[in-house]
Amino acid sequence: MNAPVSLPLRAEAVTIGYDRATIAEDLTVGIPEGSFTAIIGPNGCGKSTLLRAFARVLKPSAGRILLEGKSIHAVPTKELARTIGLLPQTSLAPEGIRVADLVARGRSPYQSLIQQWRPSDEQAVQEALAATRLEDLSGRLVDELSGGQRQRVWIAMLLAQQTPFMLLDEPTTFLDIAHQYELMELLRGLHGEGKTVVTVLHDLNQAARYASHIIVMSAGAVMAAGSPHEVLTAELVEDVFGLRSIVIPDPVTGTPMVVPLDPRGLVVDLGDSTSAAAQ
Amino acid sequence: MTLVDFGYRVLRTRTAVSSSRIAMRTATISAALFLLAASFALVALFLGDYPLTLGDVTAALTGRADDFVSMIVLQWRMPVAVSAVLFGALLGIGGAIFQSLTRNPLGSPDVIGFDAGAYTAVVLVMLAAGSQHTWSIAGAAIGGGLVTALVVYVFAYRRGMQGFRLIVVGIGVSAMLGSINSYLITRADLDDAMQVGFWGAGSLSRVTWSMLVPVLAISLVVIVTVIALAPALRSMELGDDMAVSHGTRVGAARVALLIAGVATTALVTAAAGPIGFIALAAPQLARRLTGSAGVSVLAAAAMGSALLAAAHLLSHVLAAVFRPMPVGLITVCVGGVYLIILLIREARTRSGAAR
Repeated sequence: MNAPVSLPLRAEAVTIGYDRATIAEDLTVGIPEGSFTAIIGPNGCGKSTLLRAFARVLKPSAGRILLEGKSIHAVPTKELARTIGLLPQTSLAPEGIRVADLVARGRSPYQSLIQQWRPSDEQAVQEALAATRLEDLSGRLVDELSGGQRQRVWIAMLLAQQTPFMLLDEPTTFLDIAHQYELMELLRGLHGEGKTVVTVLHDLNQAARYASHIIVMSAGAVMAAGSPHEVLTAELVEDVFGLRSIVIPDPVTGTPMVVPLDPRGLVVDLGDSTSAAAQ
Repeated sequence: MTLVDFGYRVLRTRTAVSSSRIAMRTATISAALFLLAASFALVALFLGDYPLTLGDVTAALTGRADDFVSMIVLQWRMPVAVSAVLFGALLGIGGAIFQSLTRNPLGSPDVIGFDAGAYTAVVLVMLAAGSQHTWSIAGAAIGGGLVTALVVYVFAYRRGMQGFRLIVVGIGVSAMLGSINSYLITRADLDDAMQVGFWGAGSLSRVTWSMLVPVLAISLVVIVTVIALAPALRSMELGDDMAVSHGTRVGAARVALLIAGVATTALVTAAAGPIGFIALAAPQLARRLTGSAGVSVLAAAAMGSALLAAAHLLSHVLAAVFRPMPVGLITVCVGGVYLIILLIREARTRSGAAR
């Protein structure tokens, strides 16, 4: 991070974890202004934990999370809920809820006991349904939808929240490949409209293709951060994931593409990556 | 601007300072259920050891009856009728809160032991302290309910609260409290044991105005609290992480809802004894009838009222044709069948999910 970009959302020397287990210690990392940031790393490296800390779901035991230079724990809860939105890894839909109802739940940071449904709420839900192409499904039961449609409903709820920051925890995990790319395209569109998107991803090539900024984590530490071209190298993939690969330009987009080497070749000859690549 | 299609009829209201979006079906059905409850309670005014005619009751209600009739209607039967509607609503609210918090249709205060805890505390106060005073019984019921809630909560807590564990622990605690209650009664002398026994069956017939007025006052506080916390309850249905990101103070809201939920059951238990299964059945029946998303507190309250008022009327009818039957026994008999059906369904979905 040598370029002088501003980091409106950043963690400063934070220690985060659950009950007794510390996941990350003395972590300092930031989300660049207006970026599409992907957080990648092996299972259990602390990417979801970091995302939850950014969303104030998890309170760091040391250090601070700063939003525009101010600790997020000092921002009033409703105000923060209008600034940072989160889509957790698993979300629970109440039994028997319909699409528009669930999307409308995203308006709760704007509502009170006396102002329960203003025209601005109606408009935000309308726009969120349109952006996710769910207008025709708005009256349907969420339980009846396909996995891809359901994930779009959750994104719509996040959109209805109208937050400049959208945080998503592995939003593509349970989707088939076509729906994964459909969702990534949707996020790209939202980023294009000015949202700062931060998402935890498993697929490195998706991260390289869509993100403007990648944060690589391993064992609770940030191993690298920067543009896909700067960050995604064969050395890094081997260091972080223990996987030997070659990194070539994506034939479609030109972004870095990680191609794992043949693991059988690796077992036989761990020292020679070129011969494995040649197979 | 075109309006969002919610898939059901919605009434949008707007004034200079307020706005709302009301699901028509939920609102209509809730109103109808409350009306039904009120009419059941009204019909029950005619029934009892001293049968009254329509003329007697209307005269008493309009203040034109003789002293004896108006005493029967206004002093004896009216508080019972009011309590049938009010207690039913309270039980429905309590059930809605806990089923929503545990995200499980089995997670109602009567199943997870708060009834039993309130009952044990009252038995202790009645037998050990020898007190029959309304306030001390009410205090004991609320205290006992809260302590039981705390114990169940502590035993069920493992890195966060999981609904099903809470229910299983609650059933265990409930069974233990049941045996303590039995033990206490066997140790008491005959008169006290009779008193506690009658009270333990759950009956509205002993409710008087002097007992009902403090309960009404506390109920009002509880209901206002629940209305204020309803948005938090709704947002917590989406999971704690989502609720926090929507600006809900999950920890504080959960504690307040827990206390309000325990208070609903404890108030009823203090005044009428344990009345089972209304809290369990009302929210789910209301949900099926209204087609609402999740559990609606309003509809659950209305359904609770209708159920308890119906059971109350049934107990009067049974008294006329057979023999007096406490309302608590009726709700337990009918509710037991419902619980069996629910448990079978729960077991099915669980084994289905494991596959």
